[in-house]
Amino acid sequence: MAQDGIGASVRRKEDFRFLIGRGLYTDDIKRPGQTHAYILRSNQAHAELRKVDTEAAKRMPGVLAVFVGTDMEADKVGGLPCGWLIKNKDGSPMKEPPHPPLAIGRVRHVGDPVAVVVAETREQAKDAAERIEVDYKPLPAVASIAAAIKPGAPQIWDVAPGNTCYDWHIGDKAAVDAVFAKAHHVAKIDLYNNRLVPNAMEPRAAIGEYDAASGDYTLYTTSQNPHVIRLLMGAFVLHLPEHKLRVYAPDVGGGFGSKIYHYAEEAIVTWAAPKVGRPIKWTAERSESFMSDAHGRDHLTHAEMALDKDGKFLALRVATNANMGAYLSTFASCIPTYLYATLLAGVYTTPIVYCEVRAVFTNTVPVDAYRGAGRPEATFLLERLVDIAARDMKMDPVAIRRKNFIAATAFPYQTPVALQYDSGNYQATLDQALKAADWAGFEGRRAEAKKRGKLRGIGVSTYIEACGIAPSNVAGALGARAGLFEAAEVRVHPTGSVTVFTGSHSHGQGHETTFSQLVADQLGIPFDNVEIVHGDTAKIPFGMGTYGSRSLAVGGTALVKAVDKIIAKGKKIAAHMLEASEADIEFKDGKFTVAGTDRSKAFGEIALSAYIPHNYPLDQLEPGLDETAFYDPKNFTFPAGCHICELEIDPQTGTTHIAKFTAVDDVGRVINPMIVEGQVQGGVGQGIGQALLENCVYDKDGQLVTGSMLDYCMPRADDLPSIGVATHATLCAHNPLGVKGCGEVGAIGSPPAVINAVVDALRDYGVKHMDMPATPMKVWQTIRAASPKQAAE
Amino acid sequence: MPQVSMTVNGKAVSATVEGRTLLVQLLREQLGLTGTHVGCDTSQCGACVVHVDGKSVKSCTMLAVQANGAAVATIEGLATNGKLHPMQEAFRDNHGLQCGFCTPGMVMSALDLVKHNANPSETQVREWLEGNLCRCTGYHNIVKSIQAGAAAMRGAGR
Ligand code: FES
Ligand code: FES
Repeated sequence: MAQDGIGASVRRKEDFRFLIGRGLYTDDIKRPGQTHAYILRSNQAHAELRKVDTEAAKRMPGVLAVFVGTDMEADKVGGLPCGWLIKNKDGSPMKEPPHPPLAIGRVRHVGDPVAVVVAETREQAKDAAERIEVDYKPLPAVASIAAAIKPGAPQIWDVAPGNTCYDWHIGDKAAVDAVFAKAHHVAKIDLYNNRLVPNAMEPRAAIGEYDAASGDYTLYTTSQNPHVIRLLMGAFVLHLPEHKLRVYAPDVGGGFGSKIYHYAEEAIVTWAAPKVGRPIKWTAERSESFMSDAHGRDHLTHAEMALDKDGKFLALRVATNANMGAYLSTFASCIPTYLYATLLAGVYTTPIVYCEVRAVFTNTVPVDAYRGAGRPEATFLLERLVDIAARDMKMDPVAIRRKNFIAATAFPYQTPVALQYDSGNYQATLDQALKAADWAGFEGRRAEAKKRGKLRGIGVSTYIEACGIAPSNVAGALGARAGLFEAAEVRVHPTGSVTVFTGSHSHGQGHETTFSQLVADQLGIPFDNVEIVHGDTAKIPFGMGTYGSRSLAVGGTALVKAVDKIIAKGKKIAAHMLEASEADIEFKDGKFTVAGTDRSKAFGEIALSAYIPHNYPLDQLEPGLDETAFYDPKNFTFPAGCHICELEIDPQTGTTHIAKFTAVDDVGRVINPMIVEGQVQGGVGQGIGQALLENCVYDKDGQLVTGSMLDYCMPRADDLPSIGVATHATLCAHNPLGVKGCGEVGAIGSPPAVINAVVDALRDYGVKHMDMPATPMKVWQTIRAASPKQAAE
Repeated sequence: MPQVSMTVNGKAVSATVEGRTLLVQLLREQLGLTGTHVGCDTSQCGACVVHVDGKSVKSCTMLAVQANGAAVATIEGLATNGKLHPMQEAFRDNHGLQCGFCTPGMVMSALDLVKHNANPSETQVREWLEGNLCRCTGYHNIVKSIQAGAAAMRGAGR
């Protein structure tokens, strides 16, 4: 292994600029003549907009323009589109209410944009916004799933009776019911998967710019997928041809899903830029992020597992209500369906599964993908239900899992919920994790903790997830309105260095390093001779960006395909130069060699010849060495693994302290172990945050109670443990690198491990389930509420 | 409008500001030092940490006029001639950053910790970081970086 090749923990290229304070985030950009926008947002959860009077605001110092929804409507600006059409049980399409960038006629959640002020400075814009008079006629609001589905609940959309967006299902209900009717035991759970606010540390920002001389628009934005934004905003919202619209997402300070979507502010600043005649910058304040970035999770679920007398899973039945918020965000509709229900087989041989999902509108911020997106919700319910089943059946939680695992020899394995797993070894990751966590020694540690008055618990979760979504035609048949390929261009320069243009986008994942390793390794050139370019639609080929842990599995594969084309062309050039037949040319370690001889040409010599084609087969081959490849995935990839959490609860205060967290993940082949570990640790950090700390709360009137970092509990350094990470690779069977993806496993596998441990710690108190987050107050109240008899047992 | 003068990373600067201008706005918007970031509006996140007269300060929580006459140090001033400070180097070597947004504040905060405690334990580092949020790393590698940076600084006698 080269010291910076595949498998080496190469230090990251991008770190130097970040460490010296020279990263370039959107808000760092200062365009000549730049003006500033401030968005006035609804303080009402649900209200009629009777009048928005902007006259006084327009007269405020520094103000250049004020716009409201009807101004955009008059310009025929379209609504923000949803990228996935879900069909109801009866085959009819879901309800898609309009989503104007600035509200028209009604506001539907706190934070809904009402008007935009453009001024010389941000402060002036903000001051002027205070002078806008909005006449709201408050309407009754529904702020939770439970409130939205009550008969007679206030209606948010006329087009969506019962606040129902869709009512979808997967599986054969009658067949599942029949199995349940004969089952030896049925384990049950009712749970609420808590609503989360993504809170990437960089707030969203956007700069819209128009060049009157060329007619070109530029949008600088905090996006995970600039081409997707260009397509959606250009084609559906502003009706701008794509060749006149450049979208540039420079350094982006974390995304976690929340920066996938096309947001109103992007359209607003781009639309307004020619009207103001100057570039317009908007940057969210954190309190705006809380009320305008798409939130995550928010499922209300009842699930049941049918078992035989030996603890074999016979069938699974799930009913979920999923909160969409007030509008459909870009990918909201596919999260609780195709990214959720299809994961419900887990790593188990459960032969038959039925899941029905009702998506509901509420007067809350739109909900969409947040790290894991559907898969954490599926994993949490399944891994909790398995623990409950084990307890009901008086079985060991590890034993019941082993009994039901898909065997390592069973791949490819067709699940009852559409997916076909290509590879994995769930026993191996479990065994490795049990050992690393010293599962066997736990009872001793529990007894020791008890002497100190502490309740110690241990919890395991054996999860699977699906990454690198998915063959475009399969997704299209299921309602996707986008392609799911990725693109890469490998441009070899005359002296043999290489610039790679990738459609993937890095916002913390370290692509500049991992992709450089990959290309350097494949072309046999120095790591430092490779440069990675991403994020700018003016430079890169049309790509779908980064979400769902797809960058290496899909984007990396496109890169390998482009490199393969470079090598194939290089062989032709080498054959000519070496006067050999093309079939006899071998490429290895950066050298083209005539097989069985020592006659060879270095990669750099071939590159030079391609650009100075004097001795070159010009009659058969174009000059130049620059290749583009698009790759459409053949299947999802299926990372899986085992997370074990060991923790102590102080019964006096209800506080939970994680003593040890162990993760063993199968993410396929690892290119850079340092980066993979970092991704897993970050994901586990967010998973523990969900399990113990984070909770987005609305009051019953739809006011956002947790609207700042003072109220919403973000994990801090002293809330989290040191996180032990190991990998165990089985290779992905359908991409050339054998990679699966590592961005989300941490956030998917960890929450049930934590809650299983909390419930285990509280086992003497008769606790069967606890919803997340297991805050000190909730734990303390649970302990207090337990009957003295249980407590004394 | 008030006039302020101070040194930033050793260089004398002066600027005209509004009474309400925050130190972070002066640094980012007027002086072009965009390495100091703004991640929140409630003084929670620490992305904006700089040193004022040698002490770590959240520059979103201090008015520019309050820094009049002070010596301000930002992330841009740490590396010398393209060579990273040992604490910066430790972050790179231990993968203590992902998206890099929290990083300048983390590094500046860490340097203040080391000033107080040249050899901080894991627990001490975690407690010190109470005012610095990171959403990417789970803190594991930030803690490692700071301990390694502190060790390197002890070795270098800094
Ligand atoms: S910007 Fe968050 S603490 Fe200063
Ligand atoms: S590295 Fe992204 S917030 Fe810390």
